[in-house]
Amino acid sequence: MIQITPRIEASKFMTFASPLLAILLTLIFGSILFTVLDKDPLEAMHLLLIAPLSDAYNISEMLVKMGPLLLCAVGLSLCYRANLWNIGAEGQLLMGALGGSAVALQFVDSEAWFALPLTLIAGIISGMIWAAIPTLLKLKFNSNLILTTIMFNYIALYMLLWGVHGPLRDPEGFGFPESAIFSDATLLPLLSEDGRVHIGILFAILLSIFAAFVLAKSHLGFQIRVFGADEPAAKYAGFNHKKLTWCVMLFAGALAGLAGVSEVAGPIGQLVPGISPGYGYSAIIVAYLGRLHPLGALLSATFMAVLYMGGDLAQIEMGIPIAVVGMFQGVLLFFLLACDFFIHYRLTFTSYSQYKH
Amino acid sequence: MNRDVNVTNTQISNTNQEEQVIPVLAPRLILKNITKEYPGCLANDKVNMSLDKGEIHALLGENGAGKSTLVKTIYGVVSPNAGELIWEGSKVNISNPGKARELGIGMVFQHFSLFETLTVSQNIELCLSKAQLDAIPNLSQRISDLSQQYGLDVNPDRFVHALSIGERQRVEIMRCLVQSVKLLILDEPTSVLTPQEVASLFIVLKQLAKEGCSILFISHKLHEVTEICHSATILRGGKVVETCNPNQETPASLAKMMVGDLAEQDAGYTKKVGNRVRLKVKNLNLDSAQPFGTRLKDINFDLIGGEILGIAGVAGNGQEELMSAISGEDNRAAAKMIYLDDIAIGHFTAGKRRKLGMAYVPEERLGRGAVPDMSLSENTLLTHSKGFIKHGLVDWKKLKTYASQLINDYKVKCHGEFSEAQSLSGGNLQKFIMGREIGQSPKVLICAHPTWGVDVGAALAIHQALLALRDEGAAILLVSEDIDELFLLADRMAAVCDGYLSPLVRSEETNIDQIGQWMAGTFIETTGSQTEANL
Repeated sequence: MIQITPRIEASKFMTFASPLLAILLTLIFGSILFTVLDKDPLEAMHLLLIAPLSDAYNISEMLVKMGPLLLCAVGLSLCYRANLWNIGAEGQLLMGALGGSAVALQFVDSEAWFALPLTLIAGIISGMIWAAIPTLLKLKFNSNLILTTIMFNYIALYMLLWGVHGPLRDPEGFGFPESAIFSDATLLPLLSEDGRVHIGILFAILLSIFAAFVLAKSHLGFQIRVFGADEPAAKYAGFNHKKLTWCVMLFAGALAGLAGVSEVAGPIGQLVPGISPGYGYSAIIVAYLGRLHPLGALLSATFMAVLYMGGDLAQIEMGIPIAVVGMFQGVLLFFLLACDFFIHYRLTFTSYSQYKH
Repeated sequence: MNRDVNVTNTQISNTNQEEQVIPVLAPRLILKNITKEYPGCLANDKVNMSLDKGEIHALLGENGAGKSTLVKTIYGVVSPNAGELIWEGSKVNISNPGKARELGIGMVFQHFSLFETLTVSQNIELCLSKAQLDAIPNLSQRISDLSQQYGLDVNPDRFVHALSIGERQRVEIMRCLVQSVKLLILDEPTSVLTPQEVASLFIVLKQLAKEGCSILFISHKLHEVTEICHSATILRGGKVVETCNPNQETPASLAKMMVGDLAEQDAGYTKKVGNRVRLKVKNLNLDSAQPFGTRLKDINFDLIGGEILGIAGVAGNGQEELMSAISGEDNRAAAKMIYLDDIAIGHFTAGKRRKLGMAYVPEERLGRGAVPDMSLSENTLLTHSKGFIKHGLVDWKKLKTYASQLINDYKVKCHGEFSEAQSLSGGNLQKFIMGREIGQSPKVLICAHPTWGVDVGAALAIHQALLALRDEGAAILLVSEDIDELFLLADRMAAVCDGYLSPLVRSEETNIDQIGQWMAGTFIETTGSQTEANL
């Protein structure tokens, strides 16, 4: 007979084994799915997980996808650590792209050295503003952060569409909903000649290390952790709730804004309607898969980027619909939450005879 | 001295002969080798016990001795790993509380399970089965009848939120009576009552016993046990260490059985008179932040350095609200309602007040006084950051050394500074929190129920730490429901009732009766008229 019993202490082993177990279960589920779809599961798995890392071009493309995922996930990790359920990374990313583009388009014919920094700052500030409004609503009116941030994602999307169809549309673009191509002065420098990977990925990695440092070593990081772990204790200790909320939300907004502006000033090079395949939403899964730790996000963002890249390859080579990537992400989160159950509970096996007495 | 004891004993045994119904048939309940194991803890280890009809049986033991587990087993909340329950001569399997109620077992929990927004009779109706309801033609009438029969004074039409704690407890007892209970289990029933309410509860219990109802009575208060119980089972570490007749024991001898050898109860401490006012509360009026909380009404007092001010009161009379207003967790008060060393701090946040030298030991240790899944070092940093932060970064090495020293100084039993707060027992965690707050050399310490649920050894250590802090000149506000503890520690005393604070009085110049009456609110009229006279 199998029984579920609570553990005395949370299992450290399961905390780290759970994501791996979830990935394994997702792959098993995927194999079954591909078999049912009449595709060779081994080939599909190879395309999804191995091929993205097989040559320099693919790795470069993988890193291009990893940058925004990591930036958003690091910010979200901090938010979730502080019990702030910010689902708005997607909107903050889109606003970062929009705000950055608005500045970059002022420099289309310019070679000025300050064009790029200004573009990046504009993107960061736009992301921060988009995070600030729901934060203000929460602190002033105690509105539900989950709902407001989700709603702000849609507003941001329509602001972006309005931008590319309206004031930011390329006047010489034959009416297509696209902005003019950015000048080289506003583009992020490339890291290698072989692909589109740019220094944005370095920002992302450095910022995740910085966030990990703040969380572990600083008093501010400690206060964030206490707020997430035990709010009555934080109130008892007299930590400043408002200050912490602002810090964390603005940091997350800044990172998502940077992710957005790095897309338009990076691999895309102009403002288009479809700048994000849902990075801001996937980053939620990345944050959880990385155990809400900024360094963990480094690993999980890599995995998720491989999956994105692999989805493209599988679509091209095997005709597998791109929706499979979304499904993989969903199934992964599902298994992750299921496996996380065993951090606090365990199965015990007892023989029937014990129950007779 | 010996003669005194003998006299009381004979008196009590005389009354017993009149009251106790001599059992003729099999005992009402027999427990045989009841064993219950939780992960990492053997809560009950082969417990044997027998309960007769009409017997008031005490279950004694320190916190964690296994009393609650045992009564929950009898009430069907917990299923034992091994052992037998024999109810009126036949073996039974009590798989859930519904089954227990069918047999005629009723239980009054320490924390009442009543819906505040429903009336008394609605609350009672909720826990009756359909068959039971059909058997009672008019529930309200039945409640009124029983209320008169036992002198419970329960009005079936009142809403529960309007009832005092004592009244709520009577509703819980009524709930059992309506079901014609044969065994009534009470988990620390007197811990929330005023002395006067305790006396009337005992009258009800004695009457019930006289009519043949068995009563299982859990208490920490040993003089109560010697007063009303016919027999007692003493648990220590999950095992029965003794079964005795409390009439033939003294509170001191019972305490010794409960805790083993170290039960030398602390003798009286010297009282002190302080000089300098550290904290001043002036006309503090504050609406409750919670819907059913207590409004603080015109509270005035001075907290003097070098003194302990003890505040007595039945739970829920404004203690929590008063402490929040002083500590700053609730900073809605006007600035000039609270002064700390002549600074108006009524509107300051808790963090700001801490910086000015205030410390606070809250009632809940785990989850408020300490973060459960953080280490003791991190929990030190929770309130004590001074000296451990440089340029916004935490000096973890220094902090860990300090935390280890705290653990050592206050004899906190744990594996080390890396232990999670939740791995400590209640008493050890309390010693740690106490040490952490005292370690900041506060000017003012607010301390809520410092030894609630703490074993005798730890309580002694906590008392001494408080007195040492007082002697260094700190002003201490001690809020407790344990009157004995307040008389032991406090230099001056007061009581709260319904959000009013009684006058302050030197502990030497008052007695338990006066404080008990103040807890029941007898001072309120006089204070009211005084205020009017001032206007």
